[in-house]
Amino acid sequence: MASVLRRLFMTGAALCSLLFSHAQAAETVKIGLVLPMTGPFASTGRQVEAGVKAYMALNGDTVAGKKVEVVLRDDAGTADQTRRIAQELVVKDGASMLMGFGLTPLALSVAPVLSQAKVPAIITSATTSIITQKSDYFVRTSMAGPQSAVPVATWAAKNGLKRVVTLVSDYGPGIDIEKGFTDQFKKDGGEILEAVRVPLQNPDFAPFLQRVRDTKPDAVFVFVPSGVGSIFMKQFVERGLRDAGIKLIATGDVTDDDLLNGMGDAALGVITGHFYSANHDSPENKAFVAEVRKANKNMRPNFMSVGGYDAMALAYAALKKTNGDTDGTKLVDAMKGMTWVSPRGPITIDAKTRDIVQDIYMREVKKVDGELYNVEFATFPKVRDPNTP
Amino acid sequence: MSRLPRQALASAFLHRKARWKPLEFAFWITALGAAFAFPSQQLLLSEIAILALFALSLDLIVGYAGILSLGHAAFFGIGAYAAGLISLHAVAEPVTGLILSGAIAGLAGLATSFLVLRGSDLTKLMTTFGVSMLLAEAANQAAWLTGGADGLSGIVIDPIVGLFEFDLFGRTGYLYCLGVLFAAMFIARRIVNSPFGLSLKAIKRNSRRAAMLGISPNRRIVAIYTLSALYAGFSGALLTQTTSFVSPDVLAFHRSADVLLVLVLGGVGYLYGGVIGAVIFTVLRAWLSVVTPQYWMFWIGLILVALVLVGRDRISPARLLAGLRARTGRPASSPAQHQKEEA
Repeated sequence: MASVLRRLFMTGAALCSLLFSHAQAAETVKIGLVLPMTGPFASTGRQVEAGVKAYMALNGDTVAGKKVEVVLRDDAGTADQTRRIAQELVVKDGASMLMGFGLTPLALSVAPVLSQAKVPAIITSATTSIITQKSDYFVRTSMAGPQSAVPVATWAAKNGLKRVVTLVSDYGPGIDIEKGFTDQFKKDGGEILEAVRVPLQNPDFAPFLQRVRDTKPDAVFVFVPSGVGSIFMKQFVERGLRDAGIKLIATGDVTDDDLLNGMGDAALGVITGHFYSANHDSPENKAFVAEVRKANKNMRPNFMSVGGYDAMALAYAALKKTNGDTDGTKLVDAMKGMTWVSPRGPITIDAKTRDIVQDIYMREVKKVDGELYNVEFATFPKVRDPNTP
Repeated sequence: MSRLPRQALASAFLHRKARWKPLEFAFWITALGAAFAFPSQQLLLSEIAILALFALSLDLIVGYAGILSLGHAAFFGIGAYAAGLISLHAVAEPVTGLILSGAIAGLAGLATSFLVLRGSDLTKLMTTFGVSMLLAEAANQAAWLTGGADGLSGIVIDPIVGLFEFDLFGRTGYLYCLGVLFAAMFIARRIVNSPFGLSLKAIKRNSRRAAMLGISPNRRIVAIYTLSALYAGFSGALLTQTTSFVSPDVLAFHRSADVLLVLVLGGVGYLYGGVIGAVIFTVLRAWLSVVTPQYWMFWIGLILVALVLVGRDRISPARLLAGLRARTGRPASSPAQHQKEEA
């Protein structure tokens, strides 16, 4: 009897200590990293985590005399989990900053927590324009709305692609991008023949591509979330759109660096606009790519990864500016207007909107040293989110 | 006993079943105590209470009426969206919002209950699944109402009945959820331990035979399905009110699957099954996902398979207590008697 009771007590105690422990060392700044590490968006989580770790590997884990500790938590891409985890990180673990948020609804769900707790959150992935307006404590290092689509429209209109069909995934960011592209393209004198929206849940593009083919446009402009880009590319070639002389222009999500090599030669020659290419030629980027490859079994960083890297860079810079003060309002104020050179190129956090202002590059998929890369050939400097003037 | 008239016998049987047992008292006292014992775990506790209520609602149809549902998230989602929309456009007071959202979900349950009257288990499974898929897509498309894939944000919930404000630590939220769960359990106990509840069990066992005994299956199924939808609506509304956010995820398939899993884990057909399952599932998930953020799904899968193979009887508290008593040599109710009681 006694032994049974003791065993029960021991297991209970062990469980309690595992569940309810929140030891916290002094002079440590905790940063809560909330990402989808499992489920359909796990690749986003993996990339952002790699970026965050790369920054810490290259820049050390102390800033302004404080030790930085990153607490990684998985929300499986479910909004109520994100919200609970964020709240727990703030209340229980004493995190002074939050980071991550793979999708728009996940980011939106934490807005009330941030405003109530006055804790800054740096968005590394979600892109819908409205997010940063939902709380004064949101700052973004990924991309804002149709930032990458607008330059593609200008470029296309200038390069003789006048009749275009748009094809986007039917959800918030897709519609944002469709609108951003269409508005700019019409302004530049182009004509949209048809706007096709593809269900997010069902990535079979065949019937939609047939419709595109039948309208015989000069080019088709595409946005699909990064994971399904390879399926799209395969079907684009299979359906004979390339042979019909239809050009493929897209946002960089379609030719995601992480997946590009797996797409094979079907992707060659695709023109995309985006804020980051692993092929970007700068010393910052070379160091970043080398570090990510070293730490993650030769994985190539993509635009999600650089979002994580810059989130960390911003957090460090803010802590340096406040001299290690972790007051949330002071940290956000320190982040406003911050300018630095990221692996992607020069970037700024707009002082008013707390959103990112960055260069957008036009790239073409080419073979470099036997691997496929998005090779940059033109730059649109300091592009802002067209939805928040 | 045999001299008593049959009716008195039956009513004595029902009274015996409806009596509150010491373990139940212990459970509710522990649950209330948790609000003060674990100040840093209030959000997790709220999540447990919400999932428990959702599982309880599913138990009403799976455990008592024998309708297998793979689309119960439909009502959960309706409740969640209704609560969000009500607080945005009408009243921000949570109790009013809760009752209205539950009622809306209940109406949806009434409307769709006629779909589960016919067909085999498999047909019902597919019908419920289909209804929830339809709703999920509708919520995604109707962006003007639901905010589409981005969800509804900017929901502000007033203090409960104007007195108790939702705090950042979530204690108010937890006590609120627990209160609703208790009220729902109280009513559900009365219902299943009434002649109506018994007749449902008869339908579950063999609906044709029940019909021949003069029990009309259809009307009873409609009634319990509506009640179950109402409860699911309550749990969805609680989720919205405690997180002040709704996204199409509340209608996602994984929610229907999770709640079925929770119910199977805790045990079907005795109301507390869902509650026990919710506690085990949520605590396991929260603990494992902290320990290994990348691979927790693997471990939770493994543990769930093991738990189900071991058998839910062995993790039910009554059984555990009986086992403990047997070990210590004190008299315990025999397993046969125990099973009779459960049936």
